[in-house]
Amino acid sequence: MNPSPLLSVEDVHLRFGGIKALGGVSLQAKAGEITAVIGPNGAGKTSLFNTISGFYKPQQGRIQLEGRDITPTKPNVRAAMGLARTFQNVALFRGMTVLDNIKLGGHNRMAANTLQAMAYWGQSQREELALREEIERDVIDFLEIDHVRHQSVASLSYGLQKRVELARALAMRPKILMLDEPVAGMNREETEDMARFILDLQEERGMTILLIEHDMGMVMDISNHVAVLNFGQLIASGTPQHVRSHPDVIEAYLGVRESQTAPGQGA
Amino acid sequence: MDWITFAEFSLIGLFSGGLLALVALGFVLIYKGTRAINFATGEFMMLGAYLVYTGHSWLKMPLWLSVVFGLAGISLVAIVVERFVLRPLAGQPVVSVLMVTIGLGAFLHGMVDAIWGGQNLEMPQMLPRKPLIWGDIMLPGAVFWSFWVALAVIAGLSLYFRYSRTGIAMRAAASDPITAYALGIDVRRTQQLTWVFAGCVGAVAGTIVASISSLSPALSGTALGVLAVVILGGLDSVAGAIIAGLLVGWLESIAVGYFGGKARDLVPYVVVLAILMVRPYGLLGTRDIERL
Repeated sequence: MNPSPLLSVEDVHLRFGGIKALGGVSLQAKAGEITAVIGPNGAGKTSLFNTISGFYKPQQGRIQLEGRDITPTKPNVRAAMGLARTFQNVALFRGMTVLDNIKLGGHNRMAANTLQAMAYWGQSQREELALREEIERDVIDFLEIDHVRHQSVASLSYGLQKRVELARALAMRPKILMLDEPVAGMNREETEDMARFILDLQEERGMTILLIEHDMGMVMDISNHVAVLNFGQLIASGTPQHVRSHPDVIEAYLGVRESQTAPGQGA
Repeated sequence: MDWITFAEFSLIGLFSGGLLALVALGFVLIYKGTRAINFATGEFMMLGAYLVYTGHSWLKMPLWLSVVFGLAGISLVAIVVERFVLRPLAGQPVVSVLMVTIGLGAFLHGMVDAIWGGQNLEMPQMLPRKPLIWGDIMLPGAVFWSFWVALAVIAGLSLYFRYSRTGIAMRAAASDPITAYALGIDVRRTQQLTWVFAGCVGAVAGTIVASISSLSPALSGTALGVLAVVILGGLDSVAGAIIAGLLVGWLESIAVGYFGGKARDLVPYVVVLAILMVRPYGLLGTRDIERL
């Protein structure tokens, strides 16, 4: 049984001047699965994410969402098509409350702009209320951040800020959720909480998730599929067990000793 | 000088500070939205006032319609400027953008001079001139009413940014364009809207200034003085612009009262300079703002 790919990256090449960030990367995120992208620093993981979001234009290759080619599409339009993401560094709007931040995730789902909102007061009020209700139920309660909703995001702990960022992405009601290092810098308890939320999203809501992560333990625990990048190339791809024992992966992460023979036993 | 005179000068100063705050708001909007200081702010004020004048005196529109005409005209200019002058500069160093706004100012100045000429024109009367008299204190009507117009515009915009969805999106795009873009906010549109708002704020301020004194290309110089207000308040703070506007307005008026007309251009700026030595980022500005 093979679920169809919701998002597929096909032979993407990305260069900045003479620097080759991605050299022909192909990758698929299947519907309802958790796909992880791992790799050493500078391997091109974030470049890949930025290409999928539309911030970088690949020189070659294409990105497809549900079979539609979105390579020329602008980031805000991709977001409206169901591509949501979080950032490696917490990218919340400081000076706004938690709720305002999360509601911004629902921005592109609200049809009316200000002029229309004035003309159709009732409709836009209903829209606003419906969004608010849905956010309260499906996002705020789910992520257990109801106690901080009216606080300014700047006053929250790092772990909570990351959770608010996830909440904002969920408010976009995405088809695919892209998480750039969701547990970076978190302590163990926070990491476990986040891993649980990610798993719940997949299991309870069938959410498709694509994530970049350095925390190997978490990646191996929760992912259905792992892709390994090194120097802009995909060096391995498959189930966590398969990837863990792949000689190229071990080499990329640990290096090789001259005396060492291919360490195939792994596990 | 006795207390009555002091109170009178203070009130005149505070009420005229409203207009300073309004002009300052034009700077702050653009700075927050694009991280650049718009040195053409004065020209936007002037052009807005000329458009209102044109609507009223050339096209014989009623006063309210000529104001609408002026705002629509300046919005159009702002859209064109944003699209064809500023947007191609996206990603360039802030200094390039500053230089371009200076050039834009010179261009608009020349254009106004060519179309309407350099002479003083008589604006239609916008605000009641009847002075207000409270006991021994007399307040010029135009100063009093200009304050309330400025306050209404500032309050309206603040509420818009605080509560409307587009306003919140504009704030988001101003504070972190990349993230806003990834959330599906059309950052180009919010930038465009920022310029339209700044243009309209400038046009309202310019129209009021012109109707209090008279209309000539020299009107654009008003904004340069307000730059001190903006820097004092903090380049990215609307509240700072209001407080600094009132403070500088009051200082100007008190300086005139105690030291005569010539002190008007000196005393406030010495005080601003002194404050900036202690708080280089302005009263309410963010600490890491760009230095000029």
